[in-house]
This record gives sequence, structure tokens and C-alpha cells, in this order.
Amino acid sequence: MIDFDARAALGSFHLDVTFRVPEAGTTVLFGPSGAGKTTVLALLAGAMKARSGRIEVGSSVFVDTARDHFVPLERRRLGWVFQDGRLFPHLTVAQNLTYGLKRRREEPIRVDEGRVLEVLGIGGLLDRWPRDLSGGERQRIAIGRALLAQPRLLLMDEPLASLDVPRKREILELLASIGIEFAIPIVYVTHSLAELVRLADHVVLLDRGRVLAHGPANDLLGRSDTPLLAARGDAGAIIEAPIAAQRPERGTTVLTLGAQQLQIPYLGGGVGHRVRVHIIANDVIVATERPRAISVRNVLSASVSRLSAREDGAVNVELALSDEHRLLATVTQEAVRELKLAPGLPVFALLKSVAIDAPAGSRLLEIS
Amino acid sequence: MLTPAEWQAVGASLVVGSRAVAVGLPLALGAAWLLARKRFPGRALLDAFVHAPLVLPPVVVGYALLLVFGVQGPIGHWLDATFGTRLVFTSAGASLAAGVMAFPMMVRAMRLALEGIDPGLELAARSLGARAFDRFFTITLPLALPGIVAAAIVGFAACLGEFGAVITFAANIPGETQTLPLAIYGALQTPGGEQTALTLALISLGVAIVALIAAEILGRWARRWAAR
Repeated sequence: MIDFDARAALGSFHLDVTFRVPEAGTTVLFGPSGAGKTTVLALLAGAMKARSGRIEVGSSVFVDTARDHFVPLERRRLGWVFQDGRLFPHLTVAQNLTYGLKRRREEPIRVDEGRVLEVLGIGGLLDRWPRDLSGGERQRIAIGRALLAQPRLLLMDEPLASLDVPRKREILELLASIGIEFAIPIVYVTHSLAELVRLADHVVLLDRGRVLAHGPANDLLGRSDTPLLAARGDAGAIIEAPIAAQRPERGTTVLTLGAQQLQIPYLGGGVGHRVRVHIIANDVIVATERPRAISVRNVLSASVSRLSAREDGAVNVELALSDEHRLLATVTQEAVRELKLAPGLPVFALLKSVAIDAPAGSRLLEIS
Repeated sequence: MLTPAEWQAVGASLVVGSRAVAVGLPLALGAAWLLARKRFPGRALLDAFVHAPLVLPPVVVGYALLLVFGVQGPIGHWLDATFGTRLVFTSAGASLAAGVMAFPMMVRAMRLALEGIDPGLELAARSLGARAFDRFFTITLPLALPGIVAAAIVGFAACLGEFGAVITFAANIPGETQTLPLAIYGALQTPGGEQTALTLALISLGVAIVALIAAEILGRWARRWAAR
């Protein structure tokens, strides 16, 4: 487990953050700028001291202010990937890559150098200088350098922020694979929903130095009661489901949602392979009768499980599709009155579009 | 071409200058690092102390050195009693006086170089397991190298030109403490010494031009280094 409990002050900014997430997988610290994401990362890394608190990763206690215990950054065995890469300009790519590897102490080598070069596709860059690399190449080297230090935990601070869109997609795919490939837990800071949807196994939602919610990504992203997500224009639900059938000739892939099926834009992958889709609340229409003669292909039966008012006056309706799958729909207050929407009411959810979790991040693809 | 006495002045200058830089540069690097990177009580005082020779009349600095390092001074007395070493009226003393005067210039050049290094790089090195000394020698020092080289050249040139503090503390002893400016001054005081003064002045000019060109070339190299 990553057990984090810390209070810190930076000028007038006060941080009071407590969360507990499993170590394995990717934990995304998510929130708007100024939420304290980077501060949490700095506390976890030991670049900053907590005024009070206790930080534990696995079996190691990094910080315990009650016992005056503090493990310095250089002994925490972390791989830290920064927004701007921070390659050492006076060292070649090869020297940059092995800087941490050479300073490894007793820990065994679990991350193999050859494998890192192969996965990151950087074998041809070894003799180059950082100044001669593109932004995407630099970030690959920074990731490789962090991995080769044989870290117990990888920290990533908006590693895609300084890249252009094609590079973002490329590195995002790479990041999605390295946590699994090298079996290293990742703590990832971002304010991008696409990155959150693509990478998160666990989420810690932060706002103004506080935790709004934390837990498994699939639970948290479909909840209507987390104000930060619910107030966003792209608030919605994440549905993870296996592929039931591929129909490339019609350009669709069919997913199984309990007893129902969901059609999404064609997406490669074998039958049975699990994918994540992001369905934006504004794209879900609620009906109390099954509509006929309609162009929308996805009409799912559901029941209302919760209603919550949004700050902008609209209402978020949480819909249960099955025990496992939930949807979020945004409707007006008039609609709530006219349709008599209340918890337990059986309804139909009409999906105008489904964002698939494709290499493109979560770009919307219309499938009406 | 040059008389033995003139060669002596050139030799004394080079010895005084190189010894002052050899001892003064590491100390100046330490001071520059403290001022660039650390926040501690007394930092403003250290800053003022380091820069004092820039604004004090050189004679005052030489006199202060006499008070501290003279045979009756606290450190001078201790050196004499412990090692039998005297700094006043010696080449080493001339180096001390010249080095103290050049110290602020060396500190400034290196402080600028250190302040130009992204502290994020040192943080990255820490995250990769590098401890303080390791970090300093593998990251900070190589990145500050252009500034250090520039500081050495500026410091050396300043030592060659130092007059007031050297003559006050170390006197004007040919072959020992008589550097180029002191020799020029001596020649001008001697009837018929104009020719010697002119020759020595031209040598000073030559040395100064070489140092300035070297500083310029290294400065360009440093900017390229910093920009990469």
C-alpha cells in the first residue's frame, strides 16, 4: 500500500492530504492546477518536508514526523520523471541513462538495460547529446533513466505536458505499457482527463490542497458526487468491459455489459480483451419509454440510482446498467420533474457517442 | 631583449598570480556556492565581507592584512610561532594580498555560473541516488566549469595588476614581491628608468590582451555550453 498522510504549508497554500491506495498499478493524482498534486509528489519523493504526517510505501516508512523520521530523497529509490525531462546537458544519452543505475546500492537489477532500450525505442540514440534530441526523445530517455535506477516506485509529474499532440499519444501508449512490462508501481500527476482515463488504476482527486475522493478508477470516475469531475463539461463515466464481437465491415466493435451490449467505433483487439470507454454525461439521453425509430444505436436499459444537483443548475443522474456498470447523464431540472426521475425508476439510456480508449487518448468518435 | 631585472619582474608576477589563483579559486568557489545556493544567518555579512576589497582602497586592504597576518597580528603571530613562517615581505605574502583583492571578482564570476544551473538537475540527480559530494562533482561542477575557467582568468589578470595591497603588505622586493606594476613604479622613480618602465608597461599590455582574448573565447564557449 501507499499510505500517505501529510500536512504542509507553502506560503499561503495549505495542504492536508490523506489517502491510501494499493502499491501495484498506476495511481493518478488528478485535479486542477493549484490543487497540490505536485506538492504531494514532492512530499512523497522527499524533496519537501511535511510539517506533520506519515508516509509509507510498501514496507518502508519514508516519513514519520511523530518519530522525527525522514528518509532523504537520494535513499528512497524512486524514479522521478519530470515535466521537462531534466536530462543532464553535459552527459551523453548513454551516460544519462546509466547515471542512476551506477548509483544503485544493494538492490538487485530487475529492470534490464536491453529491455528498456527496446521498449522505449532509444537504442539508436545512445551517442547523442540531449540538446540534439526532440521533445519526445528526451522524455523517453528521462523515462529510461528513471527505470534503470531500479526504482521501487516511479513518480511522474505531467510527463506529457511539454509535448505536442502526436508525441503525447506516442508516450502515453508507452507509459500505459511500462508499468505492466516492468512491474513497477507508478504515481502519476496530471490534469488531463484523457491521461487519467488511459492510465489510472487508482485515483486520488485533489482540489485546493484537500482530497475530494480516492479509490479505484472504475468506481470513482462514474460517481456523480465528486464535484471536481461532475462540474466539468466532460464529466462522465468510465465503463470497462470485454469485447463480445468485432464487426469491422460495419466499423463497430461490440462490448458486453452484463446482459446488454454496447456498440462502439471499431477498435482492434481480440474477443474477450477488456477495454475502457469514457461516456460523457452530456452525451447520454434519458428516456422513460423505449424509443422507436431513432438513429441512436445504443439504447440501454438502466435504473436511476442517484440524483445530484450540479453547481450550474443541471442535474447529474447516475444510472445503473448492471451490478458492475454505471453511467452518468446530465439533464435539466425540468426533465427531472417531467420524467419523475427518482432512485429506483427504470429508464432507458440513449448514448449519442462513446469515447473509446484508443491510442488517440479519449477523443470522441461519433457513432450515432 | 629583456634585462635580468625585467625578467625577474615578469617571473615574480606569474608566480604571485598563479599561486594566488591556485589557493584563492577553490575558496572563492566555496564562497560562491554558499552565496548562490544556501540561505543561512550571516549570509549578508559574508556577501559584504567577500565584496569589501572591491570597494575599499587597496592600501586599506594591505594595511588590514598587516594587522592580521603581520608578525604581531593574530594569525601572523601564530604562523610565526608554529611554523616559523612569515608572510610579510615574501612572495607568498604578495600572493595573499593579490589573491584577496581578486577574490570578489572570482566569486562573482562563479556565483553567476552556479546561479545559472537549473536546481532541478540537482534534484534529478538526487532522485537517481547521488549524494551531496557525488552530485557536486558530477553535475554542479561540470556545468559551472565555464564560469570557473572565466573566474581563474579574471582572477589571474587582476593579481598581475594589483599594486596597492601588494606594496603595502609585501613591500617592493625585486625577485620576490616586485610584480610588474611595482617594477614599473620603481623604474619611474629611478632616473633614466623610462625605457625599462615602457618595456614593462608593454609586457603588461600584452599579458592583459592575451587574458582578455582568452576570457572572450572561453565566454563564447561557455554560452554555447549553457545553451545546449
